[in-house]
Amino acid sequence: MIRAMIKAALVAIAVTAGESRAESPFIIVQSTTSTQNSGLLDFILPGFEAETGIDVRVVAVGTGQAIRNARNGDGDVLLVHSKPAEEAFVADGWGVERFDVMYNDFVLVGPKSDPAQVKGGDDIVAALTAVAEAQAPFASRGDDSGTHKAELGHWARTGIDPTDASGTWYRETGSGMGATLNIASGMGAYALTDRATWLSFGNRGDLDILVEGDPALFNQYGVILVNPEKHSGVRAAAGQRFIDWLTGPDGQSAIEAYQLDGQQLFFPNAK
Amino acid sequence: MQGFAEEFRMAVSLILQGDAELWAIVMLSLRVSVLAVLISALIGMPIGAALAVARFPGRRALIILMNALMGLPPVVVGLLVYLMLSRSGPLGVLELLYTPIAMIIAQVVLVTPIIAALTRQVVEMLAEEYAEQLRSLGVSRLSSVPVLLWDARLALVTALLAGFGRAIAEVGAVIIVGGNINHVTRVMTTTIALETSKGNLALALALGAILIGIAVAVNAMVSALTLRAEQEGLRHA
Repeated sequence: MIRAMIKAALVAIAVTAGESRAESPFIIVQSTTSTQNSGLLDFILPGFEAETGIDVRVVAVGTGQAIRNARNGDGDVLLVHSKPAEEAFVADGWGVERFDVMYNDFVLVGPKSDPAQVKGGDDIVAALTAVAEAQAPFASRGDDSGTHKAELGHWARTGIDPTDASGTWYRETGSGMGATLNIASGMGAYALTDRATWLSFGNRGDLDILVEGDPALFNQYGVILVNPEKHSGVRAAAGQRFIDWLTGPDGQSAIEAYQLDGQQLFFPNAK
Repeated sequence: MQGFAEEFRMAVSLILQGDAELWAIVMLSLRVSVLAVLISALIGMPIGAALAVARFPGRRALIILMNALMGLPPVVVGLLVYLMLSRSGPLGVLELLYTPIAMIIAQVVLVTPIIAALTRQVVEMLAEEYAEQLRSLGVSRLSSVPVLLWDARLALVTALLAGFGRAIAEVGAVIIVGGNINHVTRVMTTTIALETSKGNLALALALGAILIGIAVAVNAMVSALTLRAEQEGLRHA
């Protein structure tokens, strides 16, 4: 009785709030800022929505937060870029199965004056070592995102622990990629970013790509259906349909077709 | 900075042309925040008024707590509401996370203490003024609440506006519980945050200018209504 009344009240509010409950089916995709900020999802999703009538609602946060939200059941599909974390997510039973979707790469950006003299290099470990030796400002995401995890992986291979210098030349912004690039641009700092966000970023200021092309800078995206056995509310059928589309010929060619200023941002590689 | 001026001009022309997408975002912001303020008023005004007239042990402490809650950090409120509405949370079955209702709930939590605290202040002053009159009529303290609220209505408009200002400008809570989903839960402030993160600073700034414009328009409208009500009140007196 009380529950029915609460529901009725909520529906009343919903209607006045401009939300109709009898709308088309939808799924919630927990994804990363790079797929949204780059404009990729805005470009490819209308094709899926037109074909299936399923509305895709994207929550774009860092990979770490996206995975935690998905663990709580607050999403039907996970589309992120940190393979070890994704595999752990599936291994722990939170996801059904992981599929490769696409890749691009990370680049090291920094001020044109280049105090650490890394410009033109293609070795991320050497470049980070030079930044640390020069104690040149470096803006790190510091937010447990996919990019942050990748950055920490490269630091680990340099044998330097940059967090010892936290607050001096190593600056953990605790923010998204765009916010971190804004900060790097403002203080003339180096930063590791995925290429898609960089290419679509509008406030580069004095920053430029300084190091690219290291095979270690490979950036793989994966997609996972949240396990309906863990959370009964998961819209499994619609979510699986989206995954099939994304990794199938239609989704893959849509990803391939997306360009910004004549450059392809993501390269499909679903098997 | 040439690109900056260009982008700013573009944003302003988007507004002037009545860009449908932008207007939908503006309207959602208004709907969410106006509803949140109205619900907060229904909860906060009786509480504030009751606190103004009632006398009980611990009243002072309760007033201090309520005043302190005016400064609730939006991100913390967002997190609390998220934990409640998450599928793993106690209210998960209602499926409210990432909907406008979730944003209204978060804003109600933020705005109710503001309206309650300001109401308490206004009504307490009025109650002192009316004390003798009410006593001579034999009205008990608590049953005088509706009369006091009604007589304080013009002053209480300010409390509503303070609450509205908090609600419409807030980003930390709504971005967590709304998810900034395009066409569903994207409001002015989350759009500004998104455009800033894309480095589109001029566009973000122009959107900020619209937000301020809306706030000014709402305040002007309410002020005009209040003024008219005051004048009518004088005429009837």
